[in-house]
Amino acid sequence: MKAYLTRRYWFCASHRLHCDDMSAEENLAAYGKCNNPHGHGHNYFLEVTVAGHVDQSTGMVCNLVDLDNFVKEKILERFDHQNLNTLAEFQGMVPTTENLCIGAYDILHKEFHYAEVDKVRVEETMLNSFEYAGGREIRY
Amino acid sequence: MVYLTRKAEFSASHYYHNPEFTPEENQRIFGKCNNPHGHGHNYTLEVTVKGEVDRRSGFVVDLKELKEIMNREVIDAMDHRFLNKEVGDFKDVIPTTENLAISIWRRLQPKLNLAKLHRVRVYETPDLFVDFYGEA
Repeated sequence: MKAYLTRRYWFCASHRLHCDDMSAEENLAAYGKCNNPHGHGHNYFLEVTVAGHVDQSTGMVCNLVDLDNFVKEKILERFDHQNLNTLAEFQGMVPTTENLCIGAYDILHKEFHYAEVDKVRVEETMLNSFEYAGGREIRY
Repeated sequence: MVYLTRKAEFSASHYYHNPEFTPEENQRIFGKCNNPHGHGHNYTLEVTVKGEVDRRSGFVVDLKELKEIMNREVIDAMDHRFLNKEVGDFKDVIPTTENLAISIWRRLQPKLNLAKLHRVRVYETPDLFVDFYGEA
């Protein structure tokens, strides 16, 4: 039996949306307040969905302790209370929440091997959120 | 095709234990959840059905009927129960949230005539939920 398990985490970080290839006017037009050179911050909510067959002996798709430890070490401890623009993942890239979502998915997809990583969802505010499943269609 | 989701809440206790594991293995794999006296959650159940909108009623499904089925098949059986001891589904199955979602699917699916069951989502806490789509 295949089931999908989703765990919700959160972290706080700052960013500035700015593209070096655009003029100052273009940046302001594209990013508005988010182009403020001093940056600004969000409480990000990160939802990680893993998929797999429910192990008959444990009743689990994946042990939550393994998922929690991985996300804590590889994502939360690295992103929490950081300026995203300064992180290696976002060099040469604008740290929009689209790119943050892709970055988090890529970390999980490459290094988390206890279960299939189905998708990552990131809420930037209560009013917007982003989902990425490695380019695949997302199941609702 | 329109998708309709109905929510319900129930509170229950459970613990995780596999009699084929040694006490040490049970403790290592299930941690605090292995406490034999159980612990509880406020579960939120979301049942999503899909179907075409009936031209005359404008409904995908009669919500009252869906609510009654959910109450009868799930809430009445599980609310304020110790899942391991009082719900037969978990006599030989560990009542993890994964298995709870599968069990609820099996209870609801044969009872739904008007619309097709699409997804069962069970929240154990606001930070953890499981989706089951009836996949083998």
